[in-house]
Amino acid sequence: MHPVRKKRLIWVLSFLVVVSVSTGLLFYALKDNLNLFYTPTQILNKEAPANKKIRAGGMVVEGSFKRLDDGLTATFDVTDYEATISVSYKGILPNLFAEKEGVVMSGELNSEGHFVAHEVLAKHDENYMPPELKDTLKTPDAPPTYYKN
Amino acid sequence: MWQFFHKLGSPKWFYSISGKVLPYLAFVTITLLVVGAIWGLAFAPMDYKQGNSFRIIYIHVPTAFVALAGYYLMATAGAISLIWRMKMAGIMLKVTAPIGAAMTFLALFTGAVWGKPTWGTYWVWDARITSMLILLFLYLGIYALMQAFTREDLAEKSAAILALVGTVNIPIIYKSVDWWYTLHQPATLKLTEKPSMHPDMLWPLLIMIAGVYAFFALAIILHARVEILRREKKTGWVQSLLKS
Repeated sequence: MHPVRKKRLIWVLSFLVVVSVSTGLLFYALKDNLNLFYTPTQILNKEAPANKKIRAGGMVVEGSFKRLDDGLTATFDVTDYEATISVSYKGILPNLFAEKEGVVMSGELNSEGHFVAHEVLAKHDENYMPPELKDTLKTPDAPPTYYKN
Repeated sequence: MWQFFHKLGSPKWFYSISGKVLPYLAFVTITLLVVGAIWGLAFAPMDYKQGNSFRIIYIHVPTAFVALAGYYLMATAGAISLIWRMKMAGIMLKVTAPIGAAMTFLALFTGAVWGKPTWGTYWVWDARITSMLILLFLYLGIYALMQAFTREDLAEKSAAILALVGTVNIPIIYKSVDWWYTLHQPATLKLTEKPSMHPDMLWPLLIMIAGVYAFFALAIILHARVEILRREKKTGWVQSLLKS
C-alpha cells in the first residue's frame, strides 16, 4: 500500500478507536441515567427520588387488578420478581394492559410507598404467534428476558 | 481483487455495469416487495396479543434494518474516500445519506404508528427510540454538510469524518434494548438464537427484509447514476453517451 494511504488508513482507524473509547466512557458514566424507568427493587431500595415524578416499570401481578367503586380508578401490583409495589391509576388503560404483562408508568411515589400513576403504558415482549397457538404456550415461571440484568 | 477494487472506483465502469444489473434488480425488488407485503398483510396469521396491529412489523423492522446497515455502507464509503480518494466512494457517501435518512424516518414513523395501539403512546424518550432519532439527525447532518460546501472534495472530507463519528451510534441502537430498561421490546430476530416468532409470520418478514434491502440498493444505484452523470458531464464518455 502506498505510504500516504497507509498513513491515512492508520489515521482513520485510530480516529475510530478514540471516538469509540470516549463514547464508551461517556455511556459508562451515564449508565443509570439512560434507563427509562425504575424497577420496584430500585424503588424500595430508595434509589428513586420520592415525591418527584418518576417512571416505574415491571410486570402486573396475576390476580392483583381491581377497579374501585368509582369505576375509574384501577389498582394493581407491579413486580420485577424480586420486589413488588402497589399502584393506583385513574384513567384509560392501554389495550395491551393485562395481568402478567409488562407496564411502564409515570407518576409519584407517595409517603406510604404507594405509586400514584398519571400515565400507564403497556410494554409487550418480542414473541409473536398466531392466536390458536396461545394455549400451547407454557405460562412462564421465569421472568421475561428484559429482567435478566 | 485489487483490480476489481480499482475498477469499482471508476464511475464510468460503475455506470455501464449498473445499467446492465438494473432491470434484474428492479424485477427482484418488485417481486419481493409485492409477495412479502401481500403475504404479510393478508395471509400471515394475526398475533395472539396484538391482533392485526402487529402487521406493521412488516415495514417497521425491514426499514430499521436497512437504516442501520445503510449507515455502515455510507461510513465505509466515507472511510474509503478519505484514504484512497476514490471517486465512486465519494459519490456513494453522498447518495446514501438522503436514502438512509428516508429509511430511518420510515422506521421511526411506523414505530410511532405501531406504538399508539399497543403501548398507548406514539413516542417515549427511551434509549432505543432516542438513539434512532440521533441516527436520523446524523444522516440529515451528513446530507446538509455535503450541500454546505461549494468545493466537492471539502464537502466529502467533512461529511466522511462526521459519518465515521456516527458509526459508534449503530451498536448503541442495536444493543440499547439489552443495556437499558426501555419501553421498546428486545429484538425478535437474533444473530445467534432462534427467532421468537412463529414461522408463518416469520417468512413474509424475511421476504420483506430482503425486498427492502433490494429496494435500498436500487435507490442508491439510480441516485448514484444521476450523480455520476452530473459530475462527469465534461468527460468524453458522457458526451458520447449524450450524443447517441
